[in-house]
Amino acid sequence: MKEQLSEIRREIEEKIHTFDSSRSLYEFRKIFLDNKEGKISLLMKGLKDVPKEERPAVGKSINEVKEWALSLFEETDREIHKLELERKIASEAVDVTEPAVKTRRGGLHPNTLVQNELIDIFASMGFEIFEGSEIETDYYNFTALNTPEDHPARDMQDTFYLSPGFLLRTQTSAGQIHVMEKSRPPIKILSPGKVFRSDDDATHSPMFSQMEGLVVDRGISVCDLQGMLDLFSQKIFGQGVKTRLRPSYFPFTEPSVEVDVSCFECGGKGCKLCKGTGWIEVLGAGMVNRHVLENCGIDPEEYTGFAFGMGVERIAMLKYGINNIKTLFESDTRFAEQFAD
Amino acid sequence: MLAPLSWLKDYVEIDVSPKELEEKLFSAGFEVEEVKEIGKDISGVVVGLVETCEKIPDTHISVCTVNCGEKGSFQICCGADNVRVGKKFPAALVGATVYATAKDHVTVEGVMTIKAGKLRGQESCGMLCSGVELGLSEEMYPGAGYMGLLELPDDAPVGADIKPLVGLDEVVFDVAITANRPDCQSIIGLAREVAAVLKKPFCLPDLSYTENGETLPFTIRVEAPDLCPRYIGHAVKNVRIAPSPAWMQKRLALVGVSAISNVVDITNYVLKEFGQPMHAFDRRDLKDDCIIVRRAKEGEVIVTLDEKEFSLKSDHLVICDRSRPVALAGIMGGLNSEIKDDTTEVMLEAAKFARDSIRKTGRSLGQASDSSARFEKGVDEYSTVMGMKRALHLVEKLGAGTVTSYHCEVAVNPAVESRPLSVSLKKINALLGVEVPEEEVMRHLSALGFEPSIAGDTLSVLVPPYRDDIDNSAADLAEEIIRSWGYENIRPRFLDLARVTAGGRTEEQKKEYKLKQTLCRLGFYESIFYSFFSPKDLDLIRLPEDAPERRAIRLMNPLTEDLSLMRTTLTPSMINAAVRNLRRGNTEGRFFELARIFRAKSLPLTEYPEERQTLCIGAFGDSESFFTLKSAPEAIADAFGIRFTYRKATRPHLHGGMTAEILCDGEVIGVMGRLSYEICEELSVEKPVFLLEMDFAALSPKLDRKLRYAPISRFATVKRDLALVADEALTCGEISEAIRSSCKYLTEVSLFDVYRSENIGQGKKSMAFNLVFTPTDHEFGDDEIEKYVQKILKKLSFLYQITLR
Repeated sequence: MKEQLSEIRREIEEKIHTFDSSRSLYEFRKIFLDNKEGKISLLMKGLKDVPKEERPAVGKSINEVKEWALSLFEETDREIHKLELERKIASEAVDVTEPAVKTRRGGLHPNTLVQNELIDIFASMGFEIFEGSEIETDYYNFTALNTPEDHPARDMQDTFYLSPGFLLRTQTSAGQIHVMEKSRPPIKILSPGKVFRSDDDATHSPMFSQMEGLVVDRGISVCDLQGMLDLFSQKIFGQGVKTRLRPSYFPFTEPSVEVDVSCFECGGKGCKLCKGTGWIEVLGAGMVNRHVLENCGIDPEEYTGFAFGMGVERIAMLKYGINNIKTLFESDTRFAEQFAD
Repeated sequence: MLAPLSWLKDYVEIDVSPKELEEKLFSAGFEVEEVKEIGKDISGVVVGLVETCEKIPDTHISVCTVNCGEKGSFQICCGADNVRVGKKFPAALVGATVYATAKDHVTVEGVMTIKAGKLRGQESCGMLCSGVELGLSEEMYPGAGYMGLLELPDDAPVGADIKPLVGLDEVVFDVAITANRPDCQSIIGLAREVAAVLKKPFCLPDLSYTENGETLPFTIRVEAPDLCPRYIGHAVKNVRIAPSPAWMQKRLALVGVSAISNVVDITNYVLKEFGQPMHAFDRRDLKDDCIIVRRAKEGEVIVTLDEKEFSLKSDHLVICDRSRPVALAGIMGGLNSEIKDDTTEVMLEAAKFARDSIRKTGRSLGQASDSSARFEKGVDEYSTVMGMKRALHLVEKLGAGTVTSYHCEVAVNPAVESRPLSVSLKKINALLGVEVPEEEVMRHLSALGFEPSIAGDTLSVLVPPYRDDIDNSAADLAEEIIRSWGYENIRPRFLDLARVTAGGRTEEQKKEYKLKQTLCRLGFYESIFYSFFSPKDLDLIRLPEDAPERRAIRLMNPLTEDLSLMRTTLTPSMINAAVRNLRRGNTEGRFFELARIFRAKSLPLTEYPEERQTLCIGAFGDSESFFTLKSAPEAIADAFGIRFTYRKATRPHLHGGMTAEILCDGEVIGVMGRLSYEICEELSVEKPVFLLEMDFAALSPKLDRKLRYAPISRFATVKRDLALVADEALTCGEISEAIRSSCKYLTEVSLFDVYRSENIGQGKKSMAFNLVFTPTDHEFGDDEIEKYVQKILKKLSFLYQITLR
């Protein structure tokens, strides 16, 4: 029995360090420690054939070997497992500079990005968003906006006509009249939308988008207009941007102004973007002409208002550095992907 | 508007630099678009006196000693034929810049710098110049047109800079004039504004002349006063047609007008100076000594000065003698009464014609001129009166003829005077939002010629007769005051007096916003295409002749035929975008467009058409399939909590086996499918293109689902898979619908595998469904689930002879 035990010990000691996987070690372990077939278990079972007086001593030495074997296998298994993990990790190592798995990205049109930004700003100031129709009548697009038929301003913008009385709106201002006819002051509306002019060259597109704002209430003045424009310019183009008003002319406002913002590229020092002037023209505005208010049944003696309108593409092009207006209407994937969300 | 500063300076003192003047005009509302500096490329050229001149034998070259006064004396070689001892010429010294000319001595080929060099072995330290080399034309400086050297007057100071002597120091402003200020489409009008910004006095040009006392038996009648509110005729006798003097030719050249003859040049000069178009008739050609301003007779014919013949209509205004038109009013004179070299008597015309009439006549005949352009902008009657006076003054000054006493003025409103206007100062201040100091009001309105006075709150002014834009309201004067005083005086504030309002997007806009976000998350990019398209687009998608989409609204004046119809479907624009991308090597892409289509209720339009918000989706490339496209409407359905069903359909532009109608609540609201092979071949498209168009206007009302919480079940959900064998013809939709309707606890039925093999049998397919049962009030046991499954199988067997695999 003693010999058998030392044989087992020898056998284990000789081979235990030759295994390189937990699985093969386990197979080897079973030879000795399997509950039914293991050599040590069998010795334990053979104990009943040992003379009674020797049993305690023999049992003890079997148990010693068993304890020894158990802890040896356990320890070895831990080592092997550790090695195994190391090998696994090594085999799984990746080239971290390989590209990521491609996921689908989509995005909004730059016009919509600008529009959303503008809508958020003006909605927070209490402006309702109103979208008029793209096809308008001569009356709403011109006459009601103080531009009678023989008015020279009708030549400033070449109009697409659909029939003698109907046309493609040349300005979102047409929508203002519809709103003012239906509602009473205080009025604060923002109308985004597509407008059309018979113009097609490197810098003009026959269709583009405008965003028009209108405020009508008691006591509205040029100072309010400038205050609002200052706030808007800073939100869109960044803190520190200044606005400058200079006289201009639109039939539906008086006084009328062109609004320039200080160049956000160079801070007003003069650069390529602002053509060295330090200022960039961004929109037209003015105090609503009294005839326009009268045309909508609003008493110009009681109420005054201001209106402003800007080209959305122009803002988008300035903001994102887009150099050709045509690319906005082409949906080239290489263009679109640059505006992915 | 071109305005030479030297011309402006005749009527207002300009003591600031051109740059400063440009800035001041800019803040007063007059943007100088371009500053043209005549002679800006010329430098270092002085008056040189030729003191010796010897021909180099056998050449055309002379060696000259040129005295350039303080600059010194130089040996200069010269090949011109008019070089002479004792004459003065422009001498470009070493380092000077002048224009280089081609061999023809006329064509300018850029700017060159003069260097010292040798000609035929002789030193040459400079160059004697021709007019062309200095950038001068005959009109700009007499003699400059000569092919040889430009001969300078004998009294030109030797060594002096050539530029002021020959008019190369001119600065011409090109000013943008806003449509409300037609009075500034003239040197006088702009000079008044310059006077106002510089706070200098403005002086009118000399308008004096002496009439010879002779009256003529001549009649002028205006039969269309609505189109011609004022007509002035004045006769000139003893006319001697000759070239106009150099100063006048030069000024006309600076504003882009060619000189013709003294009488014609005077009319053009007055047009530019006063903004008053004028015309001169040869009196011999005015039959029966009369002028009648009337509407043309239908079919009446006129040949204008440029020898074009026009057949007229009754809404065209013409100037006639007793029997025939002699001018197309305000646009161009007739060839039959033009000024000729032997003209001896002239009838001068200054008139105001209605701008709308001139515009419509010009457009309908396709004829235009400087005069008609001016009339279209609007001419004031003050200028009509003043313009005639100025013309007569110039006739006398140039010795072009004798001013007679025949003067006839026909006017609807005889007086041309300042209009009194009173407004409340408080109103002006309220509109501007700042209190303008009274002295500023006085100062600026005075400078602008309004002769203001203030009594209490009342501001009284006299509106100058040339300011037709001033419309009797406080806003007009507020505008004049603030543009002159300066917008920098405005103090920004933020709606201090306005009431608070609730703002934001409408429900419709919120839905659109959400729709766009949903599609973006799936990898679609938003597109914006033109609202108009081409008739070819309708053919492209094989629309039948009677399709409603063919009833598109047509533009009366499209840019091109390809942009001539308002869209009735968005699909063609999307196809075109896919094709454009593929041709540019972009092999895959996903786009959507949310835009309006236009449905006319009547054609041509007599009422507003319907503008329907429509969604179009396109996906192209090898990784796309019918089902990748289908993920888009499904995502929309999920986002808005609605359900779409699909049924097989056909459309002429889509693949026969890959087309579906999309239904919501039993209503067809869209179509999707793969672009047909036929169209792909036509467009040379080799990648699959998938398209969807949906009537968003119809869908939108169904998207109003209110979010309501349904309590979650306390009991575990149970999943079962069923593999079914069905006829090939049965659709997933039909089977799912049958399963779904057989058990109320089913919360999900989804296909996860389709399998075909011989074992299953010809014309059959195996479809594996994943079923989810959600209990509401008790735990489900296996037996209960088995009961439901059996019920489902029974129904499937009964309806479609489907068996369990």
